[in-house]
Amino acid sequence: MLELIGVSPQMLFGQLMLGLINGAFYAVLSLGLAVIFGLLNVINFTHGAQYMMGAFVAYILLVVFGVPYWGALVLAPVIVGAVGIVIERTMLRRLYHLDHLYGLLLTFGLALIIEGLFRARYGVSGQPYPNPLPGGTNLGFMFLPTYRGWVVVASLVVCFGTWLVIERTKLGSYLRAATERPDLVQAFGINVPLMITLTYGFGVALAGFAGVLAAPIYQVSPLMGANLIIVVFAVVVIGGMGSILGAIVTGYALGIVEGLTKVFYPEASNTVIFVVMAIVLLLKPAGLFGTAK
Amino acid sequence: MMKRTLLAGLSAVALAAASGAAAQTEVTIGVLNDQSGLYSDLTGQGSVWAARKAIEDFDPAAHGLEVELVFADHQNKPDVGSSVARQWYDVDGVDMIVDVPTSSVALAVNELTRERNKVFLSSGAATSDLTGKACSPNTVHWTYDTWSLANGTGKAIVETGGESWFFITADYAFGHALERDTSAVVEANGGEVVGTVRHPFPGSDFSSFLLQAQASGAEIIGLANAGGDTVNTVKQAAEFGIVQSGQSLAALLMFLTDVHALGLDVAQGLIFTEAWYWDLNDANRAFAEEFAAANNGQHPTMVHAGVYSAVTHYLKAIAEVGSAEDGAAVVAAMKEMPTNDRLFGEGEIRQDGRKIHDMYLFEVKAPEESQGPWDYYTLRATIPAAEAFRPLAEGECPLVN
Repeated sequence: MLELIGVSPQMLFGQLMLGLINGAFYAVLSLGLAVIFGLLNVINFTHGAQYMMGAFVAYILLVVFGVPYWGALVLAPVIVGAVGIVIERTMLRRLYHLDHLYGLLLTFGLALIIEGLFRARYGVSGQPYPNPLPGGTNLGFMFLPTYRGWVVVASLVVCFGTWLVIERTKLGSYLRAATERPDLVQAFGINVPLMITLTYGFGVALAGFAGVLAAPIYQVSPLMGANLIIVVFAVVVIGGMGSILGAIVTGYALGIVEGLTKVFYPEASNTVIFVVMAIVLLLKPAGLFGTAK
Repeated sequence: MMKRTLLAGLSAVALAAASGAAAQTEVTIGVLNDQSGLYSDLTGQGSVWAARKAIEDFDPAAHGLEVELVFADHQNKPDVGSSVARQWYDVDGVDMIVDVPTSSVALAVNELTRERNKVFLSSGAATSDLTGKACSPNTVHWTYDTWSLANGTGKAIVETGGESWFFITADYAFGHALERDTSAVVEANGGEVVGTVRHPFPGSDFSSFLLQAQASGAEIIGLANAGGDTVNTVKQAAEFGIVQSGQSLAALLMFLTDVHALGLDVAQGLIFTEAWYWDLNDANRAFAEEFAAANNGQHPTMVHAGVYSAVTHYLKAIAEVGSAEDGAAVVAAMKEMPTNDRLFGEGEIRQDGRKIHDMYLFEVKAPEESQGPWDYYTLRATIPAAEAFRPLAEGECPLVN
């Protein structure tokens, strides 16, 4: 059956697996964006730069302080998240009462500044980051590097954990309530501004986490975020702006769609996601998992 | 995506003495390249420095010249490159554009330069079409081209037994030209091409293409891409155990900065062709030392050295002709004079605009062989100038009769 379309089953399964791995990055990144948009109504264009910072912090921790990968996996998101919190407290906070566009412009500007600073200091060719889990397993249809397998597991755990906290815990219910009626939630004695700050910090930390995951696979380069961020925005739009579950499911699904495109028509592999986005917006303007308000 | 500010700056380099009464010949040189993207380490500000250095070393005032230098970012996009070049030629009085990596942009600048009768000296671009179908009386292709890379690396690998090839190709003019020229060399030497896959430019995840290359069963996986794309492909090939499972990588275009970014652990053993390496002789080492002092310790690539060499020869020709006005006349003078400078030594420019010099086949050192950062290459073979570039008759250049 599969031979009819000119692709061997090995090839197809291999590409599905790779799609899943790339989808793992899309899912973690779009999850962070969805959390921030869903709870703060801010379109965080700095997300790509924060992902890049995660990778660079891991690299600097290793080279300057000798902190290995597993330490960086915890420390780097905390550091990047803390930078995010400073940005929220000092700048973003002042824009909440204005149109979305102002938040977008601010975060876009910040992304350019951060990337420019890293480019001036490190150049664009990127820094090598050693693979903490070398080797791999032969699955029969492909050779799966251990590290890539770990990326999928780590991403699934983080995505599911985040969804669980927001949709199924009391803390999550406060957060969701605060986005609907901040005044009312405040009246019940909950510190809403603090909650918003921490939410932004958490969303940014997710970007940093994805950056650490990416460091051993891609070159740690100032351009790595800019290459990815537009795709991730498309993922969020397809999933439905602000929908947590939508961001996760769409992230994995589009990774797979992209992976298949790389087999059948590789030249189109970087545009296929936008084609999907256009179709989804035509048929279901609120996105696959979004609800029209 | 991000429209970065275009015109970066205007730096008057030699506002010249003008002590005598004789009118100075004014020349404006524009360095047009990638200032922010994946090729900016191997071209970028390093090329601007090299052009400035060439002007200083030439001592324009002593030759009755007044030289100004400008530079801009073409973002690897032909439309951006064309509009900068048009602005430079039509409004800002630029006489010569130098460098221009990214073949698609170089081909656009090549056409525009011919229309405006200016001069284009390409150091960063690769496509051999610049001296083939698209050759122009206003263009000189200086440092290397896809034919010379294919001829150097492709031949060496087929001769040592790598007969079946699969290409991973960047999907634009450069990748296509490099794949075409290498396929020709492989087939001419008795090898065969079993498949090819074209990836969007620039890319980031190459694992899918590597898996296709693996499935093809080819002995050699030829990488017809460059800069950050090559770096990521090589890195991910190591991760997927491509080399351990018996296939070899042929990085057809590799620069010193790419090897630096990969680290010797991953890059060791790669074989490729270059036109220039800083540690080949004393003159190169002296240049590299000055370059490194001005560029955060980075060492010059062959593209940087090519810019220095090209600007030097251009200024000699201007001094000879006495005016930068007629681009075709300046290039004709450049072709008549033999080239000679401290980085490329003696050479010549052919009728089709091809600058001729030796090329070198290098192998990347193992970590224990290297003395430290930037000590990366062992010389495997020197390809003599007469054999290094495509024979004049085979290029289909209309200028050759």
